[in-house]
Amino acid sequence: MGLVSPDYGTIFWMVLAFSVVFFILRKFAWGPVLNMLKEREQSIEKALQSASEAREGLSRLQAEHERMMQEAHGERELLIAEARQIREQLISKAREEAALENARLLEHARRQIESEKLAAMSEIRQQVATLSVDIAEKILKKELADRSKQETLIKEQLSDLKLN
Amino acid sequence: MKRWMYLTGFLILMVTSGLPLLAAVEEGQSQHSEAPKAFDAGKFIMEHVMDSHEWHIMKIGETHIRIPLPVIVYTKEKGLSVFLSSKFHQGNNIFNGYMLAEEGPHEGKILLANENGTIKEEAPLPLDFSITKTVAAMLVSLLLMLLVFLPMAKKYTKNPNRAPSGFQALIEPIIIFVRDDIAIPSIGLHRYEKFMPFLLTGFFFILTNNLMGLIPVPPGGANVTGNIAITALLAVFTFAITTFSTNKNYWKHIFDAPGVPWWLKFPIPLMPFIELLGVFTKPLVLCIRLFANILAGHFIALSFIVMIFIFGQIHWIAGYGSSVVAILFYVFMTMLELLVAFIQAYVFTLLSAIYFGMAKVEEHHS
Repeated sequence: MGLVSPDYGTIFWMVLAFSVVFFILRKFAWGPVLNMLKEREQSIEKALQSASEAREGLSRLQAEHERMMQEAHGERELLIAEARQIREQLISKAREEAALENARLLEHARRQIESEKLAAMSEIRQQVATLSVDIAEKILKKELADRSKQETLIKEQLSDLKLN
Repeated sequence: MKRWMYLTGFLILMVTSGLPLLAAVEEGQSQHSEAPKAFDAGKFIMEHVMDSHEWHIMKIGETHIRIPLPVIVYTKEKGLSVFLSSKFHQGNNIFNGYMLAEEGPHEGKILLANENGTIKEEAPLPLDFSITKTVAAMLVSLLLMLLVFLPMAKKYTKNPNRAPSGFQALIEPIIIFVRDDIAIPSIGLHRYEKFMPFLLTGFFFILTNNLMGLIPVPPGGANVTGNIAITALLAVFTFAITTFSTNKNYWKHIFDAPGVPWWLKFPIPLMPFIELLGVFTKPLVLCIRLFANILAGHFIALSFIVMIFIFGQIHWIAGYGSSVVAILFYVFMTMLELLVAFIQAYVFTLLSAIYFGMAKVEEHHS
């Protein structure tokens, strides 16, 4: 058993024991462990990737949300402005229409009054005419009751004719 | 408060790391008082780093405390014999016709013995497949690996995609380190998976044995990764895997390296020779680097301990006095070796991975 001369007994046991342990460890330890390590690394990588993707998606969603909010805000402003405008328009239009209608009604009333007045006037005139004829008749009847008076009237009339 | 905790921990570490040394001091002193035979520092260190048929823990007085290990020997005439090494210590070093050589050229080996207790010089050495201290320590480390990694793997299959917990959290970064910093950069993303089991087993085998070697009490303390047979075999594994995963281009680069002037190849095949030599020196270097680093670490750590005995021989006060300094240095060395344990496991795995990566030479490389 020299210091630098390899001992064949040691070599024999070393080859035997080392090989046995090597094959056992290769099958039952290193294989599973290395596989698991790889798997774990992959799953961690995948998890990290999906986390970053999720983060990205989230930020995208947030941006979208922000944009939509902005848009909605703008739209609301627009709608309010439009509504205000419409209201004003409506009011002014209503006012105008009311004025127009008012004028029309006034005109109508005036015309009605005019025509009523005319009708009334003509009726009055007729009545006045009938009344005056009646009165004239009555007066004439009274006047021409005696013969002399009739004769004078005829004479008068005749003289008038002569004049003409 | 925290500082006190550190200090207590440090003291406990010193005391426990010095515990077997106390016994060793006894050993040195008993040697001193009992016989004029001087303490042999070299022998003491060598005994600790060398392989042996028993696991010596300590010696109290004249009683040795050792863990007996199974001896498995085979000879043509006697067949296979299996017995515990403690049988050698029941009598005069002889059991069943075998004897454990205590000195001589075959020191520490098992030899055939004559009836009268002398070595049968003419007989060939029996084939020795004993579970020696190195083998036993290696088996313990391998068992430890199984006990750690199999339940850990179960945790992965049971709760996939969960954060690691407990021991898993300690091992997982190392596995990921081996994969991401050793295998993938040196072999390439599309080919590394095939080599991962060997790289991981090799890494943890070297690391476990290095760390176990730093623990001063059994089952630690053996010099497994500082044993040339172990490191040579690890290097042979790397070499075999490299060679079996080569492609045509790899051999083309060796025997007919592109971009090299023809006169370096043709009359005298200088470049092919050097390249071919490189194929074998690479694993050789792997083997020697690990062996020498761990062995040197054990040597230095033990040298500090031996200092105690040497001073103890001069005077017992000198022995106890020097022990303070020696243990401080020993603790420092152990810290350093803790670092070396990781570095050597890393270097061996990294270089193996680089060689695996070099086994497939890309076509458009030149």
